Amino acid sequence: MIAVALWSVAALLALAPAGIVLSTRPRGSIILYGGCLIATSTLCVTALSGLLFFPHLAPSATLPIGLPWLGAHFRLDALSAFFLVVVNLGGTAASLFALGYFRHEDSPGRVLPFYPAYLAAMNVVVLANDAFSFLVAWEFMSLTSWAMVVSHHREAENVRAGYIYLLMASFGTLALLLAFGLLASGAGYDFDAIRASHPSAALSGVVVILVLLGAGSKAGLVPLHAWLPLAHPAAPSHVSALMSGVMTKVAVYGFVRIVFDLVPEPVWWWSMMVLLVGGPTATLGVLYALMQRDIKRVLAYSTIENIGIIFTGLGLALAFKAEGLDWVAALAFTAAMLHVFNHALFKSLLFFGAGAVLGATGERDMEKLGGLIHRMPKTAFAMLVGCVAISALPPFNGFVSEWLTFQAILLSPQLPSWGLKLVIPAVGGLLALAAAFAAACFVKLYGISFLGRPRSDVAASAHETDRFSLTAMFALAAFCLIAGILPGLFIDALAPVSKDMVGNIMPHQVGLQWLTIVPIAESRSSYNGLLVFLFAALCGTTAATAIHRLASDRLRRAPAWDCGYPDADPAIQYSASSFSQPIRRVFGSVIFGAREIGEMPPPSSPLPARLQVELHDLIWDGLYAPIAKAIGFATDRINILQFFSIRRYLTLVFVALVVLLLVVAL
Amino acid sequence: MNELRDILSQGAQMSLVLGLAPLLTGFVRKVKARLLRRRGPPLLQPYRDLIRLMRKDVVLADTASWLFRVIPYLIFAGTWVAASLVPTFGNGLLFSWTADLIAITALLGSARFFQALAGMDVGTAFGGIGSSREVMIASLAEPAMLITAFSVAMIAGSTQLPTVAEFMGSDAVGLRVSLGMAFVALTIVALAENARIPVDNPATHLELTMVHEAMVLEYSGRHLALIDLSSQLKLLLYVSLIACVFLPWGTATADASVARLALGALVYLGKLTVLGFLLAVFETAIAKMRVFRIPEFLGAALMLALLATLLRFVSGSL
Repeated sequence: MIAVALWSVAALLALAPAGIVLSTRPRGSIILYGGCLIATSTLCVTALSGLLFFPHLAPSATLPIGLPWLGAHFRLDALSAFFLVVVNLGGTAASLFALGYFRHEDSPGRVLPFYPAYLAAMNVVVLANDAFSFLVAWEFMSLTSWAMVVSHHREAENVRAGYIYLLMASFGTLALLLAFGLLASGAGYDFDAIRASHPSAALSGVVVILVLLGAGSKAGLVPLHAWLPLAHPAAPSHVSALMSGVMTKVAVYGFVRIVFDLVPEPVWWWSMMVLLVGGPTATLGVLYALMQRDIKRVLAYSTIENIGIIFTGLGLALAFKAEGLDWVAALAFTAAMLHVFNHALFKSLLFFGAGAVLGATGERDMEKLGGLIHRMPKTAFAMLVGCVAISALPPFNGFVSEWLTFQAILLSPQLPSWGLKLVIPAVGGLLALAAAFAAACFVKLYGISFLGRPRSDVAASAHETDRFSLTAMFALAAFCLIAGILPGLFIDALAPVSKDMVGNIMPHQVGLQWLTIVPIAESRSSYNGLLVFLFAALCGTTAATAIHRLASDRLRRAPAWDCGYPDADPAIQYSASSFSQPIRRVFGSVIFGAREIGEMPPPSSPLPARLQVELHDLIWDGLYAPIAKAIGFATDRINILQFFSIRRYLTLVFVALVVLLLVVAL
Repeated sequence: MNELRDILSQGAQMSLVLGLAPLLTGFVRKVKARLLRRRGPPLLQPYRDLIRLMRKDVVLADTASWLFRVIPYLIFAGTWVAASLVPTFGNGLLFSWTADLIAITALLGSARFFQALAGMDVGTAFGGIGSSREVMIASLAEPAMLITAFSVAMIAGSTQLPTVAEFMGSDAVGLRVSLGMAFVALTIVALAENARIPVDNPATHLELTMVHEAMVLEYSGRHLALIDLSSQLKLLLYVSLIACVFLPWGTATADASVARLALGALVYLGKLTVLGFLLAVFETAIAKMRVFRIPEFLGAALMLALLATLLRFVSGSL
């Protein structure tokens, strides 16, 4: 099994140099994306069968590459298998989408060689069983994705995004490197050896902080999120989907692997840190998303929100595990893993939709879109499914994982520690706020770009996207519905992962009456997506048939009523900025330092009145800008070293030597 | 035999909420009119309006999409399913385990999601204003509702409404501060969610004060009838929810006899009358707020709910 997985990864790696040759051929993109499609779907099937049929087998392999005395270790346990499914389901969908989307790419040579390498790197991170392979693959993943972020290098914004991404990625890898260094100090780099060693509680605590910084910066936890909304939208859309839907999950994998698996028994204050970061990440991420008007940037910020939800689940799992309530830990952990899967599905779907819109109109700015439901009905339908699913509304999948997280929060009064007792209700409140904001955010995204009347000529003349892209979108939309109405299947499939990581599993779900999911006991809580879906479908169709039969089914088309003031100009519609104005006014003045500046010319002046909105990213202003300024200041001071004469350099070297010798002597 | 009774009970519940919803709205309107010393429309006027609307042609805007025509049915289905899962006269609902309080909130959230989309579909200014304000209100009301649900669920040890109702009816409850807070929070949420004064005015036709009415401005005929019916169902749902959680007395238990069920139905009607009357009095006594006062009003609900939850974390008996 692991041999199949490794061979598929090798195939992906072999496709990377082939991409250089293929990028000059007319059909090269088709061959390359087709190859990636085959390799990733093989990996996906392999991992899925491993997860479902041999979850406790955990086959491993060692290859004679990498460090000479270590080799490269690979292992496919339940956790790796689950994340391989997530990575390669996303990879398969993205490759399928790209089979149609590549036509919109004007310089394929800047994407093709990196795309398979990027997929391979993500797979190796998940498969790696020693720190060296893990870190090399992690860095390779960052570099290949960076190359695709700057593929449209003529836009200054993308170059800046690439620069910040590279800095943050290096910072993250540094933190992980230190974490592994601490872990390996007594054991060596092999994960099995690290697992067998027992580092002290203080050392483990430092490791957890470092991992939270390292994996958190890759996943986009606030305040380490600054690069994410710049870099994810800059890449071509199928790569954006992979970065947002999949790569952030690889970061979650890194966190889970180290904190739940390699480090021994957790302590309650670790979970406190994770919760204190996760909850605000969820709310802030979606508030930022609400303020955006670039469709891909909205999606990138909403990724931050979902990462916050996932980390909140993981924090809860850590808390319950630390306090010995492992059956609740299993619930929280399963909720987080289910949200990992769900978010990979709907975020990929939404980025594909954004890519289809970008391909059809050339626009990412929502203020220039509108009415696309008439011009691109199929894309609009798939996008609608994605928007409902990500807003955590039943009967789709996003709701199930949030519901399970809420159920775990409701059990937290059982925790003995007071810190957690005060933090968890606040985090629950933040999650509830985030869920409501997410719905508002996606009403805005869908309503402004797909509904209403076109706001520009390009939107008015858009065309439906190609068949490959549609297939990819509809497949993901179908998965969203299936995972929403039959969540029991997915919860049961996650049981071995939860068993390995928190030592217990949720009650077995499949086989319960009507496929209901019951996290603890039926008297406590239960949810049945299937019946909700069937009930609602039944009620809706009954109402429709009854009314059409018994009352009236006639319909007339007429101009819009609009209280008697219809205006032919589409500019009178609400725009993306005006839609979020009420929320900006309520929350923005504190969180974004938002200010509205109105310029009203005097009565006789022909100048137009203007309203300007100023938004600040307080985290950028308060954290990143001072650091950048300090580095600039320091480098300016050191810069004089560059302009010395040879005499002074020699003196400097001599003084340095004397000082060093003195230090050694003393 | 038992299953048959359960199915009948569930069916009766579904038709009961559907049949009663317009009556409750009619009753509130009537009481409001009497309080203003007007005679007011007859109690059954909402039924007549619905029937009249259903028989009329739909006049659809040229720019409306297929989604605009589907949404009334989606809203109606979501609201009806949610309303039929809240215990009214009896606790023995066959499908009560289909969705708990959190899922009911989310179902209403789905209905609102589509309603807000419908407001933006035709591409008019008023539709946008309505949707934009609706999501602003919802972004505070929905969390307040969820956190209220948390606090109630933690006291009762369950998010399943029949279990909650049974627990609230038992002696184990006692007098709790957190329940009082949750009650106030839920009432504020109910006012906001149902577009009542002081948050929105159900009778307004002045363009700039509308929220709910602005979203449904372009609807006509059977579509409008369904949306009106859904709003009436939603009002009934919230009143039933408050009755079921905070006034649980007299509700028939799961294994009650037919006579007991009938008594439960009578008590339920009594509760609706009392709560509907109180709503009318409250609405008459208070003025509508400016739009940007609403966040403060709802923020109070959010804070109360959060405080109620926190109290439960701090002490099991508060």
